[in-house]
Amino acid sequence: MAKKVASQIKSSKSQPGSAYFMVDSDQRIEQHTMAVMVINEPGVLARVIGLFSGRGYNIESLTVASVTHDDSMSLITIVTSGTPMVIEQIRNQLERLVPVDSIKDLTQEGPYVERELAMVKVVTKAKSPERAEVLRCADIFGAKVVDTTTRSFVFAMTGNTDKVESFIDLMRELGRTEVARSGVVAIGRGT
Amino acid sequence: MASLKPMNGAEIVIQSLIDQGVEVVFGYPGGAVLPIYDAIFQQSSVRHVLVRHEQGAVHMAEGYARSTGKVGVVLVTSGPGATNAVTGLTDALMDSIPIVCLTGQVPTHLIGNDAFQECDTTGITRPCTKHNYLVKEPKDLARIIHEAFFVARKGRPGPVVVDLPKDIQFADCPYVMPESVKPTTYRPATRGKIQAIEKAVDLLSNAKKPIFYGGGGIINAGPAACKKFTDFVRATGYPCTLTLMGLGAFPASDKQFLGMLGMHGTYEANMAMHDCDVMIAVGSRFDDRITGRLDAFAPDAKIIHIDIDPSSINKNVAVDIPIIGNVAHVLGQLTGTWDKRKNRKRNLKELKAWWKQIEDWRSRDCLAYKKNSEIIKPQYALERLQALTEKRDTFITTEVGQHQMWAAQFLKFEKPNHWMTSGGLGTMGYGLPAALGVQTGHPGKLVIDIAGEASFMMNMQEISTAVQHHLPVKVFILNNEYLGMVRQWQELLHGGRYSESYAAALPDFVKLAESFGAVGLRANKPSEIDDVITEMVEVDNVVIADIVVDPTENVYPMIPSGSPHNEMLLGPAAKGKGSGKVTEKGKVLV
Repeated sequence: MAKKVASQIKSSKSQPGSAYFMVDSDQRIEQHTMAVMVINEPGVLARVIGLFSGRGYNIESLTVASVTHDDSMSLITIVTSGTPMVIEQIRNQLERLVPVDSIKDLTQEGPYVERELAMVKVVTKAKSPERAEVLRCADIFGAKVVDTTTRSFVFAMTGNTDKVESFIDLMRELGRTEVARSGVVAIGRGT
Repeated sequence: MASLKPMNGAEIVIQSLIDQGVEVVFGYPGGAVLPIYDAIFQQSSVRHVLVRHEQGAVHMAEGYARSTGKVGVVLVTSGPGATNAVTGLTDALMDSIPIVCLTGQVPTHLIGNDAFQECDTTGITRPCTKHNYLVKEPKDLARIIHEAFFVARKGRPGPVVVDLPKDIQFADCPYVMPESVKPTTYRPATRGKIQAIEKAVDLLSNAKKPIFYGGGGIINAGPAACKKFTDFVRATGYPCTLTLMGLGAFPASDKQFLGMLGMHGTYEANMAMHDCDVMIAVGSRFDDRITGRLDAFAPDAKIIHIDIDPSSINKNVAVDIPIIGNVAHVLGQLTGTWDKRKNRKRNLKELKAWWKQIEDWRSRDCLAYKKNSEIIKPQYALERLQALTEKRDTFITTEVGQHQMWAAQFLKFEKPNHWMTSGGLGTMGYGLPAALGVQTGHPGKLVIDIAGEASFMMNMQEISTAVQHHLPVKVFILNNEYLGMVRQWQELLHGGRYSESYAAALPDFVKLAESFGAVGLRANKPSEIDDVITEMVEVDNVVIADIVVDPTENVYPMIPSGSPHNEMLLGPAAKGKGSGKVTEKGKVLV
């Protein structure tokens, strides 16, 4: 029987391996969105973030807010990436944290919807043709104007990460931009 | 239950400890815990052992916890008291030892103000504890302390810190009984899934070259779990190896025991791990000192892995049948299922061939060493220690380094909870304070710290603690005047350039012992060893035995850097040569 470890983890030619084995993984990197329900108490976010930094996991995006009627629980939405083995580890390591109540790997358990909020400030010359173009594009993306001066707009728009990034890229072509983003929030579909 | 009588925070702390069944606290007073020390002064239920350094306090609590199965309790002050405890806490986390460490803190209104002896204790200890708490409201105090004990011992055990601001210690607090407290979000699994158990028994029944690979998780699950493990291994008739942390979970004298595995494990254990077709890992975590080169680890094995911590599963090695649960429960389930299938067909011929192969490996006598009548070989000293103490119920602790590996190889552990060593973190200076903790929990028993002279000096101030509290531990120093393991690696990997590994300016350990009010003994020649050991064991006092050993001896067998299990370096006295060698590239990687 071919060994799964041998097939999943290959050491490159430059590394003979050792007691401290250094892994060159040729496994695919997956992106996962996880919803982590935690007790709303001081330090809980530091625990989660410390776990990620301490164990070398990636955080692509992280949001946190209280979600229950009595403010006793918070939901942390984390977008992370890694090999399937690392993703499994992240989930299991999160589960070990005492104030963590439950974890949903939405990517795995799907289907789910995710959204991000971006506020984009675009500065153009007053009365320039770009200014009209900015407004037209924003309309196509469904972005709402939340502030304006003669030389600038601030748009608020929501969508999935791709859409938000497309919009920001577009605005960058049309003027000087300043961006604030909420990070991803996500929830499972249906009941 | 409501409050018994009005109590302040400090009294609540003590009451909580009493209701948790705590007999002894290892600690060191300071400004931020004075109210608690005042409460300790006014009671007699909880004993306090005054240490000489907070690191020692945590190691003592570890030794106490590991030898008794109870939670070890530490009490230290704020700032430096807490930071000094960090090494011990990390050690306890790595080895899954249940500890509750109470730290003083500056009053709540001063937190964040850079007050005298303030540090961010919960921040500093967050990554080195299983969980930690800062008590901000008097009403939470009793609940948090009870919760800390629950978390420390439940599931995979570990250290828990409770940070206690000084104003909370003075405040009037309500009391709650331990039974009423349980964290709602912490629910580790205990029973294994039935389907997994069935599949595991299928695999074990059909195995041709099986091996049991047991670890510290069995010890942590308690003596009953160790008995279940032993019974199950014997019922199968399969070979069994144990990790450094697992020694004692299966009797060393049993024919089915192959010795310890891993970097300095026996030839037969490592070869059997490499060649096996079914491996059952019980309470062990595929640590890098165990697996060696990962891509060549047990290439033909189907692996069953029993662990209470899901994060141990598939962390380093992908396994075929994970079983998450308490080892004691799961072993009970496995034994039940195994017994039900009495009429199964088994591969008796192949199993016989497997045992013959193992006996072949065993006959290499991988722990053999060259005897010498002039110079004491460290292995000889340990063989004599084993021979002269095996009739007693002896508890062994170690420091970290060569002597630790020799102790693991040459001392025989028949029972669990008799072997305390810093496995995961590899903390030099662990052994002496751990021995004091063991002795505290086992008055009248023989407790020996197998030490190197360098490790011993990292926490030797605790000899003073031993003398003060009449804890007659024996420190058995294998004195080779080197940081031995460093020297060995430098010899094998760095061209014999012994950079900073010579332990110069050593004290006279006999005089050192005497200056503390302890007894100092020395053996220079093999002929003196027996007398020294006999006297060390007999005398009712703390003893430092300075055993002057061969400074150039190396620990073998050894899986060198970058090598798999089946390429070991064997010592010069073993029969036949090992196939291992240190590659140029391997040197880079420790």
